[in-house]
Amino acid sequence: MSDVPAALPASAPLPASATVVVVGAGVTGLSAAWWLARSGVDVVVIDKGIVGWEASGRNGGGASHYQSPLFAEEQRLWPQMDELLGYPTEYQRERIIIQRDAALLDHYRAVGRMCSAMGYRVDDLDSAQAQAMVPLTDATCLGGIHLRFGGHANPQRTVQAYAWALQDLGGRIVQHCAATGFATAGGRVTGVETARGTIACDAVVVAAGPQAAALLAPIGIDFPVTAARAEMIVTEPAPLMPIGGVDGNGLYGRQTLRGNLAFGGGPHEWIATTGDGPEARPASPLIRSLARRVAEMFPRAAHLNVIRSWAGIVENTPDGRPILDRVGNVTVATMSGVGFGLSPASGHAIRDLVVDGECSFADIAKLGLARFADLEPDWREQRGWAAQAADTGLAA
Amino acid sequence: MTVDVFDLTGKIAPPEARYDVVVVGAGSAGTAAAIEAAEGGRSVLLVDENPVPPGMMGTDVPLFYGGRMTAAAANPARMVEAIFAANPLLETAFDAGVEVLLGTCAWGLYRNGPAMRTLPGAMLGLADADRAWMVGYGELVLATGARDVVLGFPGWDRPGVMGAQALYALLTRYEALSTRRVLILGSDRLALETALLARAHFIEVAGIVEIGDTVRAPAELVAHVVAAGITIHTGTVIARAEGGIDGVERAVLLRDGIEIVVAVDTICLAIGTEPATELLDASGPADAAIRLVGDCAGSGSDRAAIAAWSRAIGAVAAPETIVCQCEEVSRADLLGVQPPRYLDRPIALAARSLATLGHDGPVDPDQIKRLTRAGMGACQGRRCRTQVACILSEASGLSVNPATYRAPVRPIPLKLLADWDEVAAMAAGWDVWFGIPTQWTPYAKIGTDDEAVGGNMHV
Repeated sequence: MSDVPAALPASAPLPASATVVVVGAGVTGLSAAWWLARSGVDVVVIDKGIVGWEASGRNGGGASHYQSPLFAEEQRLWPQMDELLGYPTEYQRERIIIQRDAALLDHYRAVGRMCSAMGYRVDDLDSAQAQAMVPLTDATCLGGIHLRFGGHANPQRTVQAYAWALQDLGGRIVQHCAATGFATAGGRVTGVETARGTIACDAVVVAAGPQAAALLAPIGIDFPVTAARAEMIVTEPAPLMPIGGVDGNGLYGRQTLRGNLAFGGGPHEWIATTGDGPEARPASPLIRSLARRVAEMFPRAAHLNVIRSWAGIVENTPDGRPILDRVGNVTVATMSGVGFGLSPASGHAIRDLVVDGECSFADIAKLGLARFADLEPDWREQRGWAAQAADTGLAA
Repeated sequence: MTVDVFDLTGKIAPPEARYDVVVVGAGSAGTAAAIEAAEGGRSVLLVDENPVPPGMMGTDVPLFYGGRMTAAAANPARMVEAIFAANPLLETAFDAGVEVLLGTCAWGLYRNGPAMRTLPGAMLGLADADRAWMVGYGELVLATGARDVVLGFPGWDRPGVMGAQALYALLTRYEALSTRRVLILGSDRLALETALLARAHFIEVAGIVEIGDTVRAPAELVAHVVAAGITIHTGTVIARAEGGIDGVERAVLLRDGIEIVVAVDTICLAIGTEPATELLDASGPADAAIRLVGDCAGSGSDRAAIAAWSRAIGAVAAPETIVCQCEEVSRADLLGVQPPRYLDRPIALAARSLATLGHDGPVDPDQIKRLTRAGMGACQGRRCRTQVACILSEASGLSVNPATYRAPVRPIPLKLLADWDEVAAMAAGWDVWFGIPTQWTPYAKIGTDDEAVGGNMHV
């Protein structure tokens, strides 16, 4: 990341108070703030950096999450988001999953049947149909499934759209202002502390990604998340396919409206983060294995140049499922690495938790903190999720 | 301890070769460093991306060639010959035992550090016309030179607008410059030496253009140029380049409100240079094993002079003047922080601009890059990142850095970058996402006997 000289003026003055302070201007926090502002709530979002700068702005952009209790709301909202926000998200409908491996194809056909059973149409594609729908593949593609729901959007453009839409409703965003702690009185949070002062508030939403755990511990909330790095590559533009949201061959991603193929997948690395976030977001030679799989999935695009790679830092919970819960006047949220696509709905759910104490449109009880009551302190080590120490693997 | 089979640990293969010293860039500084290391008894690899494939030169890799290569640039054998002829030290390097690989670019530098602990060692990604591979090093010497600062005036996207480093390379290294008559922008040593070089190669120099009232180069050099009968236009700016299907045919200059038309086929930007440090920029700060030599170790040209040129060009440019050629981003789009033209622009966007973004905090060049797409194209920002930073700095009144580089810092085809020889653990431990089966359990099944149904199914 480029450094901005310290001499530059700080961002907008720190508000003295707000009804709700949202900690974290990632896609979940911004959506929550936007939903709160839509309900007329006076909301301030603070962030250690700029809006959507971590995984929220640099992910695969998928919007098709059958496993979530927020699925129906996700599907209802995405087609409206450009209009609701007033800014383009590049949302495109529908997805295709193709495979070159018979067992994987069977597996995804089963996923398709499951979604169909939930009332969301999925069509099976044979090889010829898949090739017609995905012109960049060839006869090595055995077939696929066509999701007549879901889709994809541009992550950075979407987080910016949330931010701007929030401001248009009177919401305030304070960038480069990390939360350092909470002021409490009578067992309730009364303010969010930062290096620039304290913002008094009636309620707080913590959607601070990997940083949430250290922030919440001092007020007695055990928030089990741990961070990892995931990587993506992007090619120069290819001719547009009819549906840009094409996954398969171990990859997730999309063809952007510009035509670039942007794909990720494969191994991650568990890393340590600080209160200020990750120290760096390096990509690794894993990009060569990503390039291989993109070339295999899209043989007719194998000549295209890879022009960028990047990494994002995401947090996961012990079971990989979101935490959406409220403790007193503190609402806590992580989407456990699958937050972008669900953001229209997660923001709605968080708004409901803050304002009404419960989600109005879905049962999210199983996403509460209670499920971790018996979590052992070494849960990371038990899963092999602990970050490697600094002195390993460093021999040149 | 439990192992997460989907973790990256053990999946990145060690480099296929390791050298005591790897030198990137076989110019004079790099070749000298390679020879010195080899004579000291160390194993040395010296790589240079030249000759660059003609298709790459067409997208201005690594320099701003502006389409003024002759057909000779498409003859690799001849190009290799020309490179050896241009740098006699390469023979010495061979004799000293240096392994020399031409036509081989370095596209990525990878080291363990913050947020990356799993590499089997520091490694450099290389690629030639046939494959990509990784090499390890004890010491890495970067001798990657400098590249031209490119500032976009109206018509700069026509073939025939090029950089001085590219002109120098095509003339001396490749003997493959098609220019017949050139106008040179800038009056520093770089510009005047470029003019004299062109003249020495029997290319007509139609003039030198300086925005200031005085020539910036040393008097002795100015005397040479004047003696050669080359006109220096001071107090003058380039207003636009005009031409046809073959590119530039005329430069239109502006002096005291009066247009001067100069018939040329090439306009050469010799306003300034900047060190070509993208390998390091994309990787992180240098460490004790990395040494920069030659022009890439310098700080580049006087930033104030470059900024002055940028302002002068900004004064004659139109809102629709292109800043980013790859993504066709205009000055107005950049300053308005507007989305690309293939997206609708709802009314609300008209109220958004660099100024409103500035209210949210210091302007971040990468944020603007992603929103406008300026610098996001196939040239990887080489052509426009500096001028984008200049324009953003002028408009915001702040010092805005250029947007960051990303590996691969050279465009590499998918099939060539691909690792077709992965360690077995890579495929065995590959999942679409994190490989946490409970992440994908349909919500209704959580806590039921069917919890395992579905398995690991990322959609």
